[in-house]
Amino acid sequence: MTQEIIIAGFGGQGVLSMGKILAYAALMDDKEVTWMPSYGPEQRGGTANVTVILSDTSISSPVLDTYDIAVILNQQSLDKFESHVKPGGLLIYDPSGIHHRPTRTDITVVEVDAMTATIEMGNPKGYNMILLGALLQLRGMVGIDAVLRGLKKALPERHHHLIPANEAALRRGMELVK
Amino acid sequence: MNEEVRLMKGNEAIAHAAIRYGVDGYFGYPITPQSEVLETLEAEMPWETTGMVVLQAESEVSSINMVYGGASTGAAVMTSSSSPGISLMQEGISYIAAAELPALIVNVMRGGPGLGTIHPSQSDYFQATKGGGHGDYHLIVLAPATVQEMADFVGLGFDLAFKYRTPAMILADGIVGQMMEKVVLPPARPRRTPEEVAKQCPWAVTGKKGRGHRNVATSLELDSAIMEKNNERFQRTYDEIKRNEVRYKTYYTDDCDYLIVAFGSVARICLKSIEEARKQGIKIGLVRPITLWPFPYDEIAEIASHVKGILVVELNAGQMIEDVRLAVSHSLPVHHFGRMGGIVPNPLEVLNAFKQKFGL
Amino acid sequence: MNQDEIIKQGTKVYSRPRLMDDRNMHYCPGCSHGVVHKLVSEVIEELGLEDKTIGIAPVGCAVFAYHYIDVDWVEAAHGRAPAVATAVKRLDPSRMVFTYQGDGDLAAIGTAETIHAANRGENIAMIFINNGIYGMTGGQMAPTTLEGMKTATTPYGRRVDLNGYPLNITPLLAQLPGTCYVTRQSVHTAASVRKCKAAIKKAFQAALDGRGTAVIEVVSTCNSGWKMSPAKANEWMEENMFKAYPLGDLKPLE
Repeated sequence: MTQEIIIAGFGGQGVLSMGKILAYAALMDDKEVTWMPSYGPEQRGGTANVTVILSDTSISSPVLDTYDIAVILNQQSLDKFESHVKPGGLLIYDPSGIHHRPTRTDITVVEVDAMTATIEMGNPKGYNMILLGALLQLRGMVGIDAVLRGLKKALPERHHHLIPANEAALRRGMELVK
Repeated sequence: MNEEVRLMKGNEAIAHAAIRYGVDGYFGYPITPQSEVLETLEAEMPWETTGMVVLQAESEVSSINMVYGGASTGAAVMTSSSSPGISLMQEGISYIAAAELPALIVNVMRGGPGLGTIHPSQSDYFQATKGGGHGDYHLIVLAPATVQEMADFVGLGFDLAFKYRTPAMILADGIVGQMMEKVVLPPARPRRTPEEVAKQCPWAVTGKKGRGHRNVATSLELDSAIMEKNNERFQRTYDEIKRNEVRYKTYYTDDCDYLIVAFGSVARICLKSIEEARKQGIKIGLVRPITLWPFPYDEIAEIASHVKGILVVELNAGQMIEDVRLAVSHSLPVHHFGRMGGIVPNPLEVLNAFKQKFGL
Repeated sequence: MNQDEIIKQGTKVYSRPRLMDDRNMHYCPGCSHGVVHKLVSEVIEELGLEDKTIGIAPVGCAVFAYHYIDVDWVEAAHGRAPAVATAVKRLDPSRMVFTYQGDGDLAAIGTAETIHAANRGENIAMIFINNGIYGMTGGQMAPTTLEGMKTATTPYGRRVDLNGYPLNITPLLAQLPGTCYVTRQSVHTAASVRKCKAAIKKAFQAALDGRGTAVIEVVSTCNSGWKMSPAKANEWMEENMFKAYPLGDLKPLE
């Protein structure tokens, strides 16, 4: 089983770190994983995207033309990646940055209003974790337990006190799409 | 779960592998997309544990000359940079090769020429494999395709460099430098003691203690008759490397009708294209040269003897294709597909290019 | 009477330092390099550092310094001796590491390496032979060439509007907190040779002791490049070079 995922939005929305946490969770579950960022100045406010591949077998290309799952956080990314979701695939998007909604009918499209949920929770840093929670609820590729263990691995010790807040955000995301 | 399995970027893997291999010194200068090598080393503070020296130099020119100085003392020393920085180092690399010193140079390639782009490229193939600096010399050039190979080639690079007393290069690209994947780091081993260095490297410049005669690391010889002899000695070493150290990997070559030749992370992109092609009934095989110098000429020629054509895929305008053409002596069509300037083709793009070139 | 018989008579007052090889030097008669090589040899011997000294040779007239002084050497690329020395010293701080460079090597092509090694306070000694000209390549302008001085590339004399000013780099190095000792010497008289030797000794000891970068500039002659007799070159140096590059300690060793 292989899951090919693109996460795309603005730099600063936590795109790369969401991918990283997913990758660490896959590591915890003994899966093969690649995490391939678009790197450079994009990281500081332009568009950013990261390709994450989870697999039970060894992974060939870290660069893809189509994806099983796209997590889309702004209009540019939707315009760029909607057509690259495989038929039958999943597209998750946050409507707060979207003016023209997805039009594909051969894929599952799920709107997750993570921005509003983030404001309600009063934890701006939890934004990407809400989306990750929604993703995991819809496609249970790794368990929440693996994500929490992955977080521990991904975060330096001095940030471990933030894990409960992240867990709350993850669970909120899961609730949003239940 | 095995504690040793880690998730990290290729650049980080190089740094960790260097510490574990027992590297004595790293000298470098920041440049995207490889700055994580120096950053990781500074964060790990290996001088507190193994005694490894880590220094941010004032330039790539200075870095490579620090490597030259360190290598002169028999130490295992390395630097890393990306394309423009590697260009600056070429004089020093030529000196290291000419003084017959072991060293490891990592080039995490970005798109050129000039300041170019910070995005992935393979456009330094010629520079790495055909000389780069002045004079008749070669580097042993290793092309990693995975984060695991980024880690493993540090040790392999040093082993070969010391075995043949010649500099080795890890020729990576921005993809494998920046991507994260699983890696099992090599077991940590202690740095060599001064006694072990003296035994392994009787030529090392360490002070005359216990030796009586002086050692000199130099590339200068104004007597042309002697300088020619020196060159003949270098060439004998290169011949030996060519005989012993060719490394490559093949995929789906047993039954293939066509062949793709690609190196580094691009080979992985092509592998996915090939898997898709096979679903469509097109049998393509893949050769991934691991040593770009020495190049697997004979091995490619052997596989090419039963295929209809070859596509060479590179992140450049066509560099390795020259070696592939040399290997097969124009006995079959050899086409090139390349993207430049930091653009990375996806597997579908490669497959489409393949079909178009061969009229399929 | 042969040499041994003369010595037996008790008249031997001077000999070649043990660490100097018994071979003809390629330096021109009257050149300062030979004298400084001798001082370096004597100091290494007197400090007992023969087994732990590593010299870094330049590109320039002193490129073959490793042929004359019997210690370990690395022959650096042009201007890069301080970078080479940095690694050699850091990889084993018990070594005594010195660079030996001319004005083109240290103050033109290698300015960055010079300043940054000194600024990091690398525990090395830098010997800087300043004769205001490129000797090896045939008498071209150096960064330290004086205004009005004729060279192969300033045939009508150095013009500051075309070529800039003579670069007085040693005071720059003295300003850096990384340097522990910066001095300017010469070797044109018996007294100056003695003073220069003391300075080299102080610098080598400071480098060995890890006190920072020690810099000894030796204002020197290049009678071939200057197209003068050795005696005339000494006079010219006193009259002209010492005005631009006055002798003495720029930063005494504390």
